[in-house]
Formats: sequence, C-alpha cells, structure tokens
Amino acid sequence: MMEERGALAAGGAFGEAVFDLIRRTACDLPQDVEDAIRQAREKEKPDSRARDILSLYLDNIARAREKQLPLCQDTGLPIFVIRHPLGISQREIAKACEEATARATGVQYLRPNSVDPVSGMNSGNSVGPGSPVFYFEESDENSISLSLILKGGGSENVCSQYSLPDGALKAGRDLEGVRRVLLDSVRKAEGKGCAPGILGVCIGGDRSSGYNHSKHQLLRRLDDVNPDSKLAELEARVLREGNLLGIGPLGLGGETTLLGVKIGALNRHPACYFVTITYMCWECRRREIVFDADGTWRFIE
Amino acid sequence: MTALQIPISEEQILSLHAGDSVTISGIATTGRDAAHKYMVEKLIDGGDSLSESDRRLFDELKAIYRGGAIYHCGPIVRNDSGKWTIVSAGPTTSIREEVYEDRVIAAFGLRVVIGKGGMGPRTLAACRENRAVYVHAIGGAGVTTAETMVEVLDVFKKDEFGSPEAFWKVRLLNFPGIVTMDAHGKSLHEELGKGFDESLAKVLNV
Repeated sequence: MMEERGALAAGGAFGEAVFDLIRRTACDLPQDVEDAIRQAREKEKPDSRARDILSLYLDNIARAREKQLPLCQDTGLPIFVIRHPLGISQREIAKACEEATARATGVQYLRPNSVDPVSGMNSGNSVGPGSPVFYFEESDENSISLSLILKGGGSENVCSQYSLPDGALKAGRDLEGVRRVLLDSVRKAEGKGCAPGILGVCIGGDRSSGYNHSKHQLLRRLDDVNPDSKLAELEARVLREGNLLGIGPLGLGGETTLLGVKIGALNRHPACYFVTITYMCWECRRREIVFDADGTWRFIE
Repeated sequence: MTALQIPISEEQILSLHAGDSVTISGIATTGRDAAHKYMVEKLIDGGDSLSESDRRLFDELKAIYRGGAIYHCGPIVRNDSGKWTIVSAGPTTSIREEVYEDRVIAAFGLRVVIGKGGMGPRTLAACRENRAVYVHAIGGAGVTTAETMVEVLDVFKKDEFGSPEAFWKVRLLNFPGIVTMDAHGKSLHEELGKGFDESLAKVLNV
C-alpha cells in the first residue's frame, strides 16, 4: 500500500488533485467565512458605509465563484499543511505541490508571488526558495490530508509578535496580558490587513514555532469551539471586545472588526513569553482535501 | 456618488470631501512598490543621467498622470494571443508608498491616488498642496474591481519589476471607491483612528 501511495504522490492524479485544491481555494471562499460576512452585514445599519462595503464583499465572493476567478489579486503565499502516514515521501509530495503551484500560476489561479529579495527578480511561477511553504506532520491516519491556505501579503505585514511583559500595554505573563496585546494588535492592524480579520494566535513557543502554530490556527472553522475552556473563553472575549473598537470593514468604521479569534498554546522557555499573532484578511482562503488509501480523494467541507 | 472622468480638474477635486463615494473613468496605470521607488529615485531624482528609454517612459507617465490617477495594485493578468486582460485586481496596501507618494503627486500632477488602508501626513499634505485626493478601493474585491478595468492599453517595466509590480496602463470604467483623504487636509483615517484609540483604551481599562 505504501508503494501505491508513493506512486500516487508522484503521478498525475495527485497533481491534478492539488491543482484543483489551489483553484478552489483561490476562487471559492469557504461557506463558514461567507456566512460570517453575511451575518456581519446584518449587524450594520441600513445605508451605512460598512453595510455597503460588506455587500460589495459578498458580490465579489459570488462573482469569483461563478466565473472561477481568484477572489483577490493577491493570491498570497501558498501554505501547504500536510498530514501523512509513515512511509510517505515528503519530497515527492512537495514536488507535486510545486508543480501544481506553477501550473496554477500559468493559468492565473495564482499570481506569480515569489520574488528573489537579492536580485529583485520574480520567478514568474510562484515557486522558489521558501515558496510555497510546507508544513509536514506524520499522523496515525491511513490517509493523506492536504490543507492549503492562501495568505495575502497585506495581512502578513500586520502580523506581530509580543514579548511579555509589555510595560506600555500593562500586559503581564498571563491570559489578561494576552488579551491586552491581542486587542492592541487589532488596533494597529486597523484596515491595513483587509478587515474584518481573523486572528490566529499562539501563546508561548519560541519566535519561529509561535508563528508556525499561529498560522495553523487559521485552519480552524470560524464556528468551532476551542476544547480548552480557558482559551475558548479568551477567544470569545477578544472577538467581542475587538468588535467594540469600531474599526469595521476596510478600517472605515463599523460593527465588525473581527470575524474570528483562534488561539493555540505551546510550552515556553521559562525566560520567554511570546504572543504571536497571524492576522488573516476577511477573505480567509483555506481548503482541505483528503487522499484515501484507495487512491481516491475528496474535499473536506 | 460623484463620477470622475480623467483628466480631472482642480475644481472637481476641491468639490470632493472625505467620505464621498466616487467612480473613476479614463486612462490610468497601476503602480506599487517597485514603481514608486523607480519614479522617485530614478525618474524624479535622475536628472540628466536618464537613459533614452527611461526618458521616454517619464514623458509617457507624465502624459498619463497629469490630471489622472495611479492605482496601488498588483493585478492578475491574462494574455490571450497577445491581448492582455485584467483577471483580478483589488488594491494593495498604500502605506508602503508613504515615503514616495508626496513627490510623485507633485512631480506628475496626479489628481487621484487609489489604494487601500489610507496614507500618512506627507501624502495628506501633498494632496492639499497639489489638489489631489486619496481614493480607497474595495480591498479583496479582486473580481468585481477587475470588471471596471475594461482595457489594457500597454505595460511598462514588466520584465524588470515582474508582472504584479509593473505599470499596467488601463482604461477604467466606473471604478468604484471612497474618498478618504481630501484636498482640504481632512483624512478619514486620522479622524477614525482617534475613535479607535479611545475605544481601545476603554476595553483595556475594564
């Protein structure tokens, strides 16, 4: 069976599935995100600027789905999160994902978004050192799960990492301190990351695992509930209080500033207390496909 | 809703106020990070050292921008048998151009800067001094915005800057946006920002 899977990863069917995953992620916003935008619109006063903007968002979602065109011109940095059983070649999977990424760029499901920082040259096909991004994880499942997040550069620029205690924010090393820096980050992001946004958060970890884990939180559905009751409570509170800031759609005022807050935690070094925030724009483009052992694959809704 | 047709007059700009909804029609270009750096460091500050091709592009951009608009956008484009079309083209975050935009507005006679997220005091001052406005486009609305960029007329610096960063010369038809910084010195971002600060102080002091 392992040999078969290896063949699957290298062969055309796997690549076709990844290509389809990219297309669908770029063009078809997940239902829970669209529902959250619709609910946000209902909260805004009739004839308000915020309501008009949210209506334009919904138009764009419908047009992109209907025409199968990328929702946003910034199709972001593709981030693949792959869970696989023992014995699967990560290099083969990465190769298939890179090929599908280049192909999807060639037919405009993706914008060429990989630029050499030294020469300034755009690779032209979204593939290059560090792009796309891969996170691999071995699992006990017999199937391969492939999740894709397309994360735009504007929202990436407003991500932040706080080191607690933070004197200016009176944020100590506890969940109250975390709450304070999260709300500060929302204020600072303002409309620059395409509000209303979603916060993926990691409490703890080191500087790099913090960002990694905070990005993984963005795979969660907006309507899920954190199994850790303390974190669930904090998520609900920051969501409610973030929406009291009045930043609103595009940062031009309104009732909805956040669509979701998703918090994870990693153990920390005794000397360190990082709070890492990955800000996701309102167009939270994420999709997951699962390849079963029999070689078939399906989208997870 | 005010319909702006490029070239846009000084009087028309002065009639606009932060908060007004507008549509923009006429010929403009996209231009973002590499384009702004190039315009300021090479074209504006280049003096006599400009190459023939830079000189030609400088003249072409001056002709487009006089009374016209630049759009902070890195579009997705398609080429069908040599003909370019815009596929998806919402705005990119404008604040990165804050260090350049005042000089671009002054040197080229721009009337409209289009982007998202708003800009800072330097651009606001340049808007007042040169009779220009900042128009906020709909962030994330790539498909519906692209439908208002009806024709690609030319492209400059595509190979050097890469497709997202090139100057795409396009014809806009009823491109939608909101004036958030006007020529009277008012910035909706600055004004709203004070309210956000007060609200943040309130939720932090509970």
